[in-house]
Amino acid sequence: MAAPIDLHEVSEREREARFRTRWRVKACGSTACISAGAGAVINAVEDMVEREDMQLEVQVIPTGCMGLCSAGPLMRMMRRGGQETDYQKVTPELSREIVRSHVINEEPLPEHQLDTGIPFFTSQERIVLANGGIINPDRIESYVAHGGYSALEKALTTMKPKAVIDEIRTAGIRGRGGAGYPVASKWSLLSAAAGDTKYVVANGDEGDPGAYMDRTIMEDDPHRLIEGIAIAAYATGASDAYIYVRAEYPRAIERLDRAIRVARRNRLLGRRILDTKFSLNVEIRIGAGAFVCGEETALMASIEGRRGTPRLRPPYPTDSGLWGHPTMINNVETLANIAPIINNGGEWFASIGTAKSTGTKVFALAGDITNTGLIEVPMGTPLRDIVEKIGGGVPDGGTFKAAQTGGPSGGCIPSKFLDTPVDYESLRELGSIMGSGGLIVMDDSQSMPDVAKFFMEFSMDESCGKCTPCRAGTVQMHNILQRIVDGHGTRGDLRDLEHLCTVVRDTSLCGLGQAAPNPVLSTLQYFRSEYEALLAKEVAHG
Amino acid sequence: MSDTTTRRAAETSGRQQGDHPSGDNRFELVDKQLKRGRYSQDQLIETLHVAQDVFGNLSEDILVYVARALRLPPSMVYGVATFYELFTFDPPGDHSCTVCTGTACFVKGADDIVQGVSEAYDVPAGETAADGSLTLKTARCLGSCGLAPVVVFDGEVLSHQNTESTLELVAAAVGGGS
Repeated sequence: MAAPIDLHEVSEREREARFRTRWRVKACGSTACISAGAGAVINAVEDMVEREDMQLEVQVIPTGCMGLCSAGPLMRMMRRGGQETDYQKVTPELSREIVRSHVINEEPLPEHQLDTGIPFFTSQERIVLANGGIINPDRIESYVAHGGYSALEKALTTMKPKAVIDEIRTAGIRGRGGAGYPVASKWSLLSAAAGDTKYVVANGDEGDPGAYMDRTIMEDDPHRLIEGIAIAAYATGASDAYIYVRAEYPRAIERLDRAIRVARRNRLLGRRILDTKFSLNVEIRIGAGAFVCGEETALMASIEGRRGTPRLRPPYPTDSGLWGHPTMINNVETLANIAPIINNGGEWFASIGTAKSTGTKVFALAGDITNTGLIEVPMGTPLRDIVEKIGGGVPDGGTFKAAQTGGPSGGCIPSKFLDTPVDYESLRELGSIMGSGGLIVMDDSQSMPDVAKFFMEFSMDESCGKCTPCRAGTVQMHNILQRIVDGHGTRGDLRDLEHLCTVVRDTSLCGLGQAAPNPVLSTLQYFRSEYEALLAKEVAHG
Repeated sequence: MSDTTTRRAAETSGRQQGDHPSGDNRFELVDKQLKRGRYSQDQLIETLHVAQDVFGNLSEDILVYVARALRLPPSMVYGVATFYELFTFDPPGDHSCTVCTGTACFVKGADDIVQGVSEAYDVPAGETAADGSLTLKTARCLGSCGLAPVVVFDGEVLSHQNTESTLELVAAAVGGGS
């Protein structure tokens, strides 16, 4: 068996390498920037460095998401000693120009610069995304140099499993997948469960349209997730773990696969991790395009290779999960918070956010908003700050109409509630949910019944068909919404729709069905006049 | 393919490339995956993914082959394959156009793009045109919401699309469009 990685030594070596060249070029290689042409930019700079013999002057480092996806591809020039200049909308030609200008003339190109002093960057607090735009996701050394795996080492060598759970309890962290269940309670349940075989599962089946924070974590900081899983398994006595990833995220699968192999080779996974008695085997399981598999019992069925249909709880997974063994399912973002908590202490984490919703939350900001991208803010940040300060407001002279959170299980928050702090309870009171963190801004050109129909179509397509209220109810609700949107709806239709909403909500088997009426209910609550205007038209035309 | 051939194919997965008993060497890749998963029944979805990657779609022969290899009833394999959206049974078209219809893309007009391509090439979303030239698909969310609306044409991700730009793109590769 090879010797385990020496974290201190790797970290030192990596830090020294930083000073090897006068310049470091960091180019965002995340999926959004790649879609905008970042791959060609990275190649162009690498080619130029080689062709023009600049290897002693410049090193090129592809990084994960820098955040402001709408300004991509993003690139950062870093001079030895500290000076940093960021560039936006970089093309291959421009990237060469930027590098030459900095390296040869020591001159920046102000007209292409990205101002990092804007609130989009300064109002964020990055814990989960701390490594985004900084480390090279494909190199474990890069992660280690930024404190990677030190939390695992600390937990394994200085803390008892119970102490780890206590730290998580002090942190007060709640599940980031949507429901907000206290993480420490779940961990305690698995820890107390009987049996030698226990499983930890990372839920990376990020199905909510408009949310891509979990993908970004898996692609851009895969070791962070692995470290979180390892700490969770140590704390709860699990010896096997699965990462369930959507098949729609091939890059995440590839990166995680490589990261797991590298971690195993360095004795950070596998048998006797870091020469302790703790062993853990981690495997990836790939979904195949079923939204319902984000529900934990459906997810387990899918891991077992079956149709991903949910089942009634209890028994809860921590009593009877994968193949009947105690199993705990945590969201990817939740697990990405674990290493910082162990490193900095639960009290530090609890000091961020609000009393009941501690820490930060990552949001995917999209829709009718100036700055789209991934942001991370303390829990309890007013929605207005997110939309107006960080997001830069609604573009093209439009007016803010609503913010949609929680995807097809959430709701639309109208402008009169813009000052609401974003935390689990406040959003629930408004008829929406935190969800996994998609936040889509809609301007006054959007029709709310249309939006409700869009989400109902989603729930109808994704209903697994196991229970009748969801299978049949979503179809009926969709039909009614279609009639209303087409201008053929009647008052009776509206009444039926509201009735169906409560029936489906109260009688469906799993969260998908129970939450499917939420977009309709919330738009009816805040934008009822829009529905009625569509009915009135029908009456007027006779 | 007869039952005996299938069973033998599954058992002799270690053979060299070029002499797969089924007569189709692509099965070698499926065998490799089966072996990697130690023929464990919970590897069904992973195996189907590989089979679809290799063959482009899942035909009845392939489903039966996988069922035999994993010693699962064909009904279960069929049930799993039909449950998941990403498994397809019809051969794909020469070109593929996927329009993201996630929330951000919806807000930015993705539905119009789907309708535009669908009408121009007479192909309903989720299907392949009668002449096999184009498969039109919709995706639930590609997670590139900052670039909405997003279209993926033959694997290339294109940002900030509209109906005209997408139609131009499709016409350039497929031709025609009415």
